[in-house]
Amino acid sequence: MQSETRTVDILIIGGGTAGPMAAVKAKEANPALHVLLLEKANVKRSGAISMGMDGLNNAVVPGHATPEQYVKEITIANDGIVNQKTVMAYAQNSFLMIEELDRWGVKFEKDETGDYAMRKVHHMGTYVLPMPEGHDIKKVLYRRLKRTRVGITNRLVATRLLMATDGRVAGAMAFDCRTGIFHIIRAKAVILCTGAAGRLGLPASGYLFGTYENPTNAGDGYSMAYHAGAELSGIECFQINPLIKDYNGPACAYVTGPMGGYTTNSKGERFIECDYWSGQMMMEFYRELEGGDGPVFLKLNHLADETIGTIETILHTNERPSRGRFHEGRGTDYRKQMVEMHISEIGLCSGHSASGVWINEHGETTVPGLYAAGDLACVPHNYMLGAFVYGKIAGESAARYCADTPLADVDQMQVDAESARVRAPLLRSDGLPPSQVEYKLRRMVNDYLQPPKVTRKMEIGLTRFEEIRGDLEMLWARDPHELMRALEVHAIRDCAEMAARASLYRTESRWGLYHNRIDYPERDDREWFVHVQLKKIDNKMACFKRPIDPYIIDLDEYEKAAYQGMRIQKNAPAEKMTEASTAAI
Amino acid sequence: MPTAFIPASLPVRIDEELCIADKGCTVCVDVCPLDVLAIDFTKGKAYMKFDECWYCMPCEKDCPTGAVTVDIPYLLR
Repeated sequence: MQSETRTVDILIIGGGTAGPMAAVKAKEANPALHVLLLEKANVKRSGAISMGMDGLNNAVVPGHATPEQYVKEITIANDGIVNQKTVMAYAQNSFLMIEELDRWGVKFEKDETGDYAMRKVHHMGTYVLPMPEGHDIKKVLYRRLKRTRVGITNRLVATRLLMATDGRVAGAMAFDCRTGIFHIIRAKAVILCTGAAGRLGLPASGYLFGTYENPTNAGDGYSMAYHAGAELSGIECFQINPLIKDYNGPACAYVTGPMGGYTTNSKGERFIECDYWSGQMMMEFYRELEGGDGPVFLKLNHLADETIGTIETILHTNERPSRGRFHEGRGTDYRKQMVEMHISEIGLCSGHSASGVWINEHGETTVPGLYAAGDLACVPHNYMLGAFVYGKIAGESAARYCADTPLADVDQMQVDAESARVRAPLLRSDGLPPSQVEYKLRRMVNDYLQPPKVTRKMEIGLTRFEEIRGDLEMLWARDPHELMRALEVHAIRDCAEMAARASLYRTESRWGLYHNRIDYPERDDREWFVHVQLKKIDNKMACFKRPIDPYIIDLDEYEKAAYQGMRIQKNAPAEKMTEASTAAI
Repeated sequence: MPTAFIPASLPVRIDEELCIADKGCTVCVDVCPLDVLAIDFTKGKAYMKFDECWYCMPCEKDCPTGAVTVDIPYLLR
């Protein structure tokens, strides 16, 4: 296999949301640094926001919310399992980032006085800022990258991190999915911004690429961090979202909710108090879906024509613009019919839940020189704005780290071993097609890991994933494109095993549907008020407890249960809701 | 080991009358997050090569001549 070696100061892997911001901020912090942004697709249109975004889910805007209130809300929404310092670092930088993006040309909704037009969607506070014209966000980022003279390389698939003998990071290895050329990139610091593990479960449609997440986000970063010896955290807290059935994209209750849309059962009745995505909300969603009152719908057909027109303009031009085409094909008109909803396949993502690579408030992982930001990095419910904020934090931290760190030597044995692993599927003259192995693996993920989680099922799942490890040795790729899919299957298999092991380790139920264990139905704070960490120890996947750092923002007793009562109580409806809402103000 | 290739209905359609790949345009190929589009050099036209579509639409939006149409993949339709 042909190979190329290059040397930079900071290597950023992933050019979606967090990655470009990390690159710009590292370069701004020290313009003398050689910063390289490596992307599997093309930075112009890569990642979760390739077609823009229709709103901020977690904007902490003065006059509407304080960082302290936000930290409380996320602590409660994530059932107490947070490192509050990381959430606080986000919250304190949230508004500064909005203002900076605004200056760069990203459009946020403003009222007639020029203030940000905040909306309430969360259970307690007000954090949603619509972006009806958010479709150009990638263009804005790209202009910024060009202006700061960040190096960009597209169509390179990173497969493993290079490690120095003293345990710090020494760079990464990758291959070109067009030419097959193997790349060795030496770096003082690496920032992982590879997004969610979105190709873990199989969507109900059976279409491998019909996932909620951009399917390019196959969990490569989770796998790379794991093999580099970094700690991962909260992997058992799966991502599961309420989506438009079959289309498998968000119906965007955050857009429609403030305009009067809501989630109903088949009788057209509301059954959840709050459309903000949380495990507790998903539990009620799942119960309704599976119960006699299902399926579940998004109801908009009671709204005025012009309101629906506005909703259509936002939903059909942003984030997932093919939504309109899907509805048209099925003859669904928001004015007349309700939209059938379903739950997504499982994934790993800290943007929506809390499963990710462990980082502290400086964006540092547990491996020296390795940073992480965005959906991959474990800061619960961080979403797009969190990816930007932690991109900035990680970029600036990495720039500081580079100032007094020499470049590590390259261990040729690692390079040889990885080059052999990467090229193997191309050398075979026949074998298993990557798509078939991926289909089977992800079908097994659904069969054995999809909540409600059952111990015996997850154990069988582990056995199956072990068998599929053997199948990896038979993967066959006819060209570098298929090679990319083959190597992604390796990463997906690692993620499946991680998801099973972390879920088996936490012997309680928490986060509603995300970690609902049939054999351990209760939440057990005495044993499990801890982070569950996962790490490679002696070449094995090991789980252990990490204590929760003392809270910097205390919770009141009455607040702790705010996300527990998501189901609307038919007999005593108003009381509880009013109490919780007033209490939070 | 014996293998077979199964035909699949593809969601991305190219209007070859409008496509200007023969003039050197590769926009749709460049912007695809999944790298599923390619140029057929014998015809000088873009085409969908791999059935791995997220129906995300940059190829359609960024095409300078409006030659690309993204349908919802059949399995989801």
